Amino acid sequence: MLRKKLAAFLAVAVVAVGVVGCGGGNEPASTNGNANTETPEETPDTPEETPEETPDTPEETPEETPDTPEESGDAAPSGGTIKVGVINNDPNESGYRTANDRDMKEMFTEANGYEASFAYSLKNDEQITAAQTMIQNGVDYLLLSAADTAGWDSVLQDANDQGIRVILFDRVVDADENLYEAAIISDMPAEGQRAVDWLAGQNLDEYNIIHIQGVMGSSPQQGRSGALDEKVAAEDNWNIVAQQTAEWNAEKAQQIVQSVIDSGEKFNVIYAENDDMAKGAVAALDAANISHGVDGDVVIMGFDCNTWALEEVLAGNWNYDGQCNPYQAKYIAEVIKTLESGGTVEEKTIYLEEKGFEAGTITQADIDENGI
Amino acid sequence: MTIEANKKDNPLMKLVRNQMFIPLLALFILALFNLIADPGFFAITLKENSAGNPVLSGYLITILDYGSELAILAIGMTLVTAASGGQDISVGAAVAISGSVLLRVLCGSNTRPETLQAPIIVAFLISCVVAALFGAFNGVLVAYFKIQPMIATLILYTAGRSIAAWINNNELPVVSDETLTYFGGYIPGVPIPTPFFIAVICLVIITLVLKFTNLRLYTQSVGINQSSSRLNGLNPEMIKVITFVILGLCVAVVGLIKVSRVSTINYSVIAKDIEMDAILAVALGGNALSGGKFNMASSILGAYVIQFLTQTLYKFKVQSDALPAYKAIVVIVLVVISAPTVKDWFSSVTKKFKTKEVA
Repeated sequence: MLRKKLAAFLAVAVVAVGVVGCGGGNEPASTNGNANTETPEETPDTPEETPEETPDTPEETPEETPDTPEESGDAAPSGGTIKVGVINNDPNESGYRTANDRDMKEMFTEANGYEASFAYSLKNDEQITAAQTMIQNGVDYLLLSAADTAGWDSVLQDANDQGIRVILFDRVVDADENLYEAAIISDMPAEGQRAVDWLAGQNLDEYNIIHIQGVMGSSPQQGRSGALDEKVAAEDNWNIVAQQTAEWNAEKAQQIVQSVIDSGEKFNVIYAENDDMAKGAVAALDAANISHGVDGDVVIMGFDCNTWALEEVLAGNWNYDGQCNPYQAKYIAEVIKTLESGGTVEEKTIYLEEKGFEAGTITQADIDENGI
Repeated sequence: MTIEANKKDNPLMKLVRNQMFIPLLALFILALFNLIADPGFFAITLKENSAGNPVLSGYLITILDYGSELAILAIGMTLVTAASGGQDISVGAAVAISGSVLLRVLCGSNTRPETLQAPIIVAFLISCVVAALFGAFNGVLVAYFKIQPMIATLILYTAGRSIAAWINNNELPVVSDETLTYFGGYIPGVPIPTPFFIAVICLVIITLVLKFTNLRLYTQSVGINQSSSRLNGLNPEMIKVITFVILGLCVAVVGLIKVSRVSTINYSVIAKDIEMDAILAVALGGNALSGGKFNMASSILGAYVIQFLTQTLYKFKVQSDALPAYKAIVVIVLVVISAPTVKDWFSSVTKKFKTKEVA
């Protein structure tokens, strides 16, 4: 009985994370009148996530011919819409992912000429299964943000054999470059470098840094840690007081900073690899009456540009926040446009434009535009 | 001569047999280690925080502060362990849910409210109800459907954080109200961290409950032998559900503290792996993880000892992602000590020793 229960539960879970959002068939059309930037299906957790893609597919398979001219020229089978399958990580993972998912949903609507289906999972094997389903359903483009870098070779090969083009976003995979058209990613080492350069530009006499890292081995952690590690190794007056991973967790960061305060060691920079951890660190400083931010004793640095974090920067409580751009849909749309018009993408790796914001120069407009 | 020797042995043996012995020994070893390595570990200073209020600061205070969360969870976990002979591994996810409910009520539909939409006490009570319901859900699966506790709570463990995300529409609300920070920080004018007081209140409540109701007796008898307790007129299912509901209430309290610490919640990482520490606290307290008799004070001491260990490791700059490995060593030692084969061996050795002495 236990097994049955578990199986039933798993089945429900699989359906829930399975094909989401393709129910948009009628919905976007009706909401169109109101506002075209409206997201028809904001809540990815609603129970009505039935994979209703399947009934349509048989009629639409003929359109599946690999050459581009025909695709762009012919509008008959799917009414001129481009079918995209989006495989993403779970939007609940972080504010970044939520913004990323929202951005994708706003771009790939019927009004913009797309028929999109979405699948979410933080697990690679579930993502691969979803990709295979989408390939069978005959999408034109497979947009992929892989949970893990490995294991995608054969899936992408299948897609290629069927003439489905693959565009990677946000994360890269270990696969031959010929298997995908483009990879639109954040340049994590550049993000780290930008932050470290900014910090160096502050011309402090001495840099005693508490370095709070993200989940070890993740690409943001590696990129953002790398630049700082290099600088610390190169400069005599840059010291690491504590280097610990708080695994993106605010409370853990708070505890780490608290233990440095308890030890009585001096520090004047907190380099936290995301906003949550910077917030936790600041909570510890506040409890110990250590001033921070502009004119404070401790420089606070965060990453990701959450709206609330940028507001802290604007208020001068924090000094710097580095952007990690979740708005990738317009880059993807650009690539699709190029391909549809018969062009080729020259640079396979496309880096997102990203900035760093510092107290003093940041404006409310920056927050409205870039806050996630 | 022999009688005298036995008499001398007795207090020592009594101490060793006492359930509090293991956590006290662990605490003693840790304290001794810190004293030798750096007596500064025990320094406590009175400072002012950024709001101008006096606060105590030092490693010991930090241990009291963070250990209190664990102590509160240990209360519930001890009861669940005693009654059902298994552990609830969904505690961290449940904290995420109750914290999300708390924030949802405080913020309303606005994720960045200027003023609170509801009094904190109301929000807290609602989160208590929700957490108790989820506790009851686990309890019903365990008691009535006879699913192993670890498997039953695996459901909430898997789904809990998604539910938490759904409660706030995937938004991460931030509360700017000052009073919310009191619960995980300091009440103005009181230099001791509030979580400690909250833990004391919980402890007093559970002590009174155990003293004036039959909860202890019923829980233990259900844990020791379910069918015989049924024959004696108890309702084992109901008692199991009650223990899970109590754990749910403990979860709600911890949710309040956690949310209060940073005035926001990140449901994907809040209270991550805290269930393991809570279970470890129960084990370190010398309670049998297979259920039956329990000692509440011992579990709570265990919770603070674990925090003591964590803080010691932080002090020596052990990589924080390596902490679970050190805790694993503690678990291994505990499990080995309490294993029947080792116990048998130990008692046979002491017997030999005694007989030699007698001879």
